[in-house]
Amino acid sequence: MDIEWGSLGGVLGVSLGVTVVVVVMFSLGVAAWSRAESHAGRAGATRHGLLHRPGAVAAAIAVVCFAACLAVAAYGIDLIVPG
Amino acid sequence: MESVTFLLIAVILTALAFDFTNGFHDTANSMATSIATGALSPRVAVAVAGVLNLAGAFLSTEVAKTISGGIIDDTKVSPVMIFAGLIGAILWNLITWLAGLPSSSSHALFGGLIGAVWVGSGGSAVRFDAIMEKIVIPALASPVVACLVALLATYLAYVITRRISGRTVRKGFRAGQVGSASLVALAHGTNDAQKTMGVITLALISGGVLSHGAGPPWWVVLSAGLAISLGTYAGGWRIIRTMGRGLTDIQAPQGFAAETSATAVILSSSHLGFALSTTQVCTGSILGAGLGRRLAHVRWGVAGRIAVSWLLTLPAAAAVGGTAAWVADQGDGGVALVAGVAVAAATGFYVLSRRRPVNPDNVNELPAPTAEGDTVRSAA
Repeated sequence: MDIEWGSLGGVLGVSLGVTVVVVVMFSLGVAAWSRAESHAGRAGATRHGLLHRPGAVAAAIAVVCFAACLAVAAYGIDLIVPG
Repeated sequence: MESVTFLLIAVILTALAFDFTNGFHDTANSMATSIATGALSPRVAVAVAGVLNLAGAFLSTEVAKTISGGIIDDTKVSPVMIFAGLIGAILWNLITWLAGLPSSSSHALFGGLIGAVWVGSGGSAVRFDAIMEKIVIPALASPVVACLVALLATYLAYVITRRISGRTVRKGFRAGQVGSASLVALAHGTNDAQKTMGVITLALISGGVLSHGAGPPWWVVLSAGLAISLGTYAGGWRIIRTMGRGLTDIQAPQGFAAETSATAVILSSSHLGFALSTTQVCTGSILGAGLGRRLAHVRWGVAGRIAVSWLLTLPAAAAVGGTAAWVADQGDGGVALVAGVAVAAATGFYVLSRRRPVNPDNVNELPAPTAEGDTVRSAA
C-alpha cells in the first residue's frame, strides 16, 4: 500500500495557501474598513462632512481586499460547477 | 420479475431514506459555526443549506459512476446487498445522530456495503487495498490537514484584527461567514447527492433495468437531490450543537476561518485526486479554529468521542449491513422483515430523541453533561 504523499502534500499546500490568502485579505479588509469608518466619523464631526483623505484610502483598501476574497470565492464556485 | 420489482422499489426507497439521513447528518458541516456565531439564524441557515444542496445535486453527476466502483467488486453486487448495505448505513447514521456525533455518512455507506457484500459474496469481493487507500488513509489525513490550515488562518485573523473594535470584527466576519458557509454547502451538494445517485443507478443496473455503464436517469437525479436537501433542511440539530458549541467556543473570525479552510481543503482534495471526507474536514477545521485563537477552550473529551465514532463507523455499519444481508437474502419476506425492523428502530431512535429534543430554539445552548450520559446509554 502506498500513500500518495505527493498529492497529500499538494492538498495541504494549496489549501493552506488559498485559505491564508482569503482569511488575511478578509481580515485586512475588516481592519481597513474599521479605520475608514472611524475617519469618516471624525470628518463628519469637524468641517465638511466629507471623507478625510486617509479615510478614503482606507475605504479603497477595504474594497480591494474584499474584491480579492470575492474573486477567490468565484474561482471556487467555478471549480465546484463542472464544465 | 415481480420479486425483482418489489426489491428494486425497496432499494430505491431505502437509498432515498439514506440520502435524507445524509442530508440532516451533514447540515452541521456547512452551517454549525454560522449558527453558533449568529451569522445566520438557525432556520435561515438550514434553508440556505437545503437550497444549495439541491443546486449542487444538479450541477454535477460526475461522481455517481465512480463511487460504487472502487471498494467492492461491482459484478458481485446484488440488489439485496445494496439494500442491506443501505440499512446498515441508515441505522448507524441515526445512532450517531442521536448521540450528536458528526460521523461520516460516506463511511457509513461504504461500511454497510462492505458488510453486505462480504456476507453475500465472500471476502474476495471486497477490495481491502482500496478500502485502505480510499477510506482509512483519507480518514486519518482529513482532520489533520484541515486542522493545520484552520489553525494558521485563525491565528492570522486574530493577529491582524487585534486592534479593531470587537463589534466591527464580529459584524465583518459574520457577513463573510454567510459566503463561506454557502460555499461549503454547495460543495457538499455536488459531492454527497452523487453517492445516492450512484447507489440507485447501481441497483438499476444490477436489476437489469439499465445497461452496464449507464448514467443516472433524470428522475434519479431529481429525487436524490430533493431527498438530500429536505434532509438538510430538517437540520440535524444535535450534531449542529456538538460542532458549533460542543467542540469549542466559536467566534465569528474562527467560523470564517474554519469554513474557508474546509472549502479550500475539500475543493483542492477533489481536484488534486486525494479524496478527503467532508465531515472529517469540517470537524478538523473547527478544531483548528479552536486551537488558533489563544485561550480558546477545546473540549478534548468531545473531540475524543467524535474520533471514537469515526473508528467505529465502518465496522459498525458493516456489521449491521452484513446481518441485514443475511436476513434479506432469505427472500422477499426477509427483505420485508429487515425493512420493518429498520423502520421500527428509526422510530425508536426518534422517540428517544424527543426525550431531550434539540431544535432551532435551543441549538446554541451548551449540551448538559447529563444529556451526554443519557444519549451514550441509549445508543449502546
